[in-house]
Amino acid sequence: MAVIEARGLGKSFERGIFALRAVNFSLSRGQILGILGPNGAGKTTLIHLLLGLIVPTEGEILVFGERLAPKTRGKILRRMNFASNYVSLPLSLTLRENLMVYAHMYEVPSPGSKCAEALRMFELYHLKDKQTKTLSSGQMMRLCLSKALINDPEILLLDEPTAGLDPEIARKTRQLLVKLSRQKGLSVVYTSHNLWEMQEVSDRVLFLRGGEVLLEGPGREVLGQYEAASLEELFFKIIEGKSAGPSRRGDKK
Amino acid sequence: MSPRRLWGLCLRQIYLYRRSLPRLLEIFYWPTMDLLLWGFVTLYLQRASAGGMPVFVSYFIGALILWDVLFRAEQGISVSFLEDMWSRNLINIFVSPVKVTEYIFALIVISALKVIAAFTVTSSLGWIFYSFDIFKLGAALLPLALNLVAMGWAIGIFTTALILRYGLEAEILAWALAFLFLPFSAVFYPVKVLPHALRAVSLFIPASHAFEGMRAVIRNGVFPARQIVFASGLNLLYLAISAWFFMRVYKKALVRGIIPKIGE
Repeated sequence: MAVIEARGLGKSFERGIFALRAVNFSLSRGQILGILGPNGAGKTTLIHLLLGLIVPTEGEILVFGERLAPKTRGKILRRMNFASNYVSLPLSLTLRENLMVYAHMYEVPSPGSKCAEALRMFELYHLKDKQTKTLSSGQMMRLCLSKALINDPEILLLDEPTAGLDPEIARKTRQLLVKLSRQKGLSVVYTSHNLWEMQEVSDRVLFLRGGEVLLEGPGREVLGQYEAASLEELFFKIIEGKSAGPSRRGDKK
Repeated sequence: MSPRRLWGLCLRQIYLYRRSLPRLLEIFYWPTMDLLLWGFVTLYLQRASAGGMPVFVSYFIGALILWDVLFRAEQGISVSFLEDMWSRNLINIFVSPVKVTEYIFALIVISALKVIAAFTVTSSLGWIFYSFDIFKLGAALLPLALNLVAMGWAIGIFTTALILRYGLEAEILAWALAFLFLPFSAVFYPVKVLPHALRAVSLFIPASHAFEGMRAVIRNGVFPARQIVFASGLNLLYLAISAWFFMRVYKKALVRGIIPKIGE
């Protein structure tokens, strides 16, 4: 069963600016979906729509089989979480205090031990009593990721989660996401400009351009359609217009 | 409403103020300065008039303490909201299971705590420096103060809605909007001092009834039932209007995609 299903999803802002148009995809339990595309493609808007921070102008989103709407949003959000490179946490609070606040907001049982566990997961426990303003940007992102796992979410939405992380921590973060998806059935939707990373982690990819879905499917299948060896090659083929479009079986013959 | 979520929302402000001396001082510093400066000016005027204004000091000190109640109540809401914007934390809150009504209610609770803290300091200073006992207002003190708090909340919720709509460009309103009502609220002078046209305006401001009530108690020792009823009725109306306005702005913000813009 799909944990997220987008049906004909579209969003236009005032003055007829289309951010997204006719987006269809589904994500199963334990899958990782990577959203890629150039700047302004609609990746972040899609994440915000999935969080209910923006309401769509077309189509609908089903999460855990329920339509995401003002009445169901609170119930759905209890089972989700989010982290973004563009969002922060109060700087005057300590790391532990910040997580305690969110542990209560997500009504987490045993908040103290859960906060300690989340901090350990991202190697921040030794900094637990430091004020958040003392963190580097990479440590801040790790704290945001700790917050995102505080409620043991079933769906995790991540907007450029590894931007600003050093390669070692970024690798550990990727490994952790894969481990959580395989072992606990965590479903992840994330955006990144690191295409190599996306290829390594994603079960499926969604390529957006100008607010429209160009490609959607399992990574290998998508690469095969464009006869690309990597997502990076695929990206440049599409962006630079070197490919007329997906190859069909018939074309090859 | 979930008590756990409300506690989480309040906890972030408690942690913030526990750790930040400048924020704590901000609650106490200005009311203390106002009280000292204007209190001594009033004492000077009273002495210069050779005792011709016997209750003038009481009117003025009472007005300073109670105006601060209104101002702190307003700031308790709007500045707490700004704290979440300044720290780029607003999105984290709005993508959590917290309902928007819970968020507003938590701002109200925080505001009440700030009012209690500031009132304790200003009323103590009034007693220490001017032998003014605000509790001599007796049974009228609580309803008068509650009405001022309620007006502060109505302005605070309205201001927060404007900040949500226009972003940080509108943050100055958190400090300025309450002062828009000051000249017509009969805080330091009775309504009859105002020109006729402005008297009509002050009739629609709950604070003007509350301050007229305060002066009536100091002057005659009579419970100002009429003023309290008027102020309460207006406050109920304005709280309902500001809550409706906030919800309308919030719903439009979801359509226009404003929350991510102001929250990042």
